[in-house]
Amino acid sequence: MKPAFDEKKPIFLQIKEQLEDQIVDGRIQEHEQIPSTTQMVQFYQVNHLTIAKGMNQLADEGIIYKKRGVGMFVAEGAREVLRQRRRDQFSEMYIQPMMQEAEKLGLSSGELRRMIDEWKGGGTS
Amino acid sequence: MTMKVELNDVSWRTKKTTVIEDVTMTLEPGMTYGLLGRNGAGKTSLLALIASYMQPTSGTIRIDGENPFENERLAPHVCFLFNADYSEEDGPASEYLEAAARYRPNFDQAYAEELAALFELPLDVPVQKLSSGLQASLEAVIGLAVRAPVTLLDEVYAGMDAPNRTRLYDAVVEDQARHPRIIVLSTHLVSEMEYLLDHVCLLHEGRLLADEPAASFTARGVTVTGEAAAVDAFVLDREILHTKELGGTKQVLVTGPLAEEERQAAAEAGLTLGSVSMQDLFIHLTTKEGASHA
Repeated sequence: MKPAFDEKKPIFLQIKEQLEDQIVDGRIQEHEQIPSTTQMVQFYQVNHLTIAKGMNQLADEGIIYKKRGVGMFVAEGAREVLRQRRRDQFSEMYIQPMMQEAEKLGLSSGELRRMIDEWKGGGTS
Repeated sequence: MTMKVELNDVSWRTKKTTVIEDVTMTLEPGMTYGLLGRNGAGKTSLLALIASYMQPTSGTIRIDGENPFENERLAPHVCFLFNADYSEEDGPASEYLEAAARYRPNFDQAYAEELAALFELPLDVPVQKLSSGLQASLEAVIGLAVRAPVTLLDEVYAGMDAPNRTRLYDAVVEDQARHPRIIVLSTHLVSEMEYLLDHVCLLHEGRLLADEPAASFTARGVTVTGEAAAVDAFVLDREILHTKELGGTKQVLVTGPLAEEERQAAAEAGLTLGSVSMQDLFIHLTTKEGASHA
């Protein structure tokens, strides 16, 4: 079984983001060891060079750190850094496409607000 | 111990045909190579030349700087495994491991036994009585457990069943990370082995058609999909490897990579660009349509 990847995005970025997701939602805690490259190669069935590219970026960003001969660990404060980054990107990634689509369909901002409130009310939260 | 393998203008000819023609390539320690090619492309001959089972007709091969042919120092460090004929072999698999222990300096008996258990390979049964799949598993066990700096596996996995192939791929990933060496996997099972390969050597009719990192190899192919006339206009000056059509929609596989402005032009023309699997690229580069660039 091969995990599915989105064709439009480099695979190393998708693997990087999946690890970020796990840090953001607390599945991997700060100072906890992340899976080894070998484990990720076997899980994703993706070449180790591709995995390394994603993990090196995370290390450069200070999200994970290397312990020589042991493996990679989640850095202190990584979760908050990632959450803040995602908040910063929220508008660009979600609001902007939503507004563009709303404009195409001629939805007013009042209507949009009402739809959000309705969704919240009807949502299974 | 690490060793480098260098081939320089290597050719191998029989009386009638040229099997290997002017192959120049370097194999670097720690890399897993995919030697790809169709049946009869010369994969086994090339590996047999590196393993000094025969000598090139012309050109030179150097391993760790020396000519490997009849070279006693190098021989234990080069391991070449292929689907051999075991029909006359009445010794048990354990004897093969004992031989490896005597001859191969890096052989790891405990690891060999661990792999044998993994592949459900009995070590006490005469090898001739094993199924061909288990005979192939024995090759794989030896191939990994000898940890030779130059390890050449010629399609041994082709005879293994799917569960054992998967176990082998996992073992290759693990052991190559622990004990980096040169591993050459010759194969036409490209789709299931793609992720193991760091570097691709594509052999076609005895010649090296590609010799590059796996990522740049797959970037050679880009699919362009959309309305037929728009696709035709976009691919006008490009090398076309493959074309398929469904109604008014056309998909063309062209040689890549595409520059950023070309990607933008495609998007503006309403075309969708896609990546290509190593398997598809392999097929289209080595079939008549691709090879002749029709």
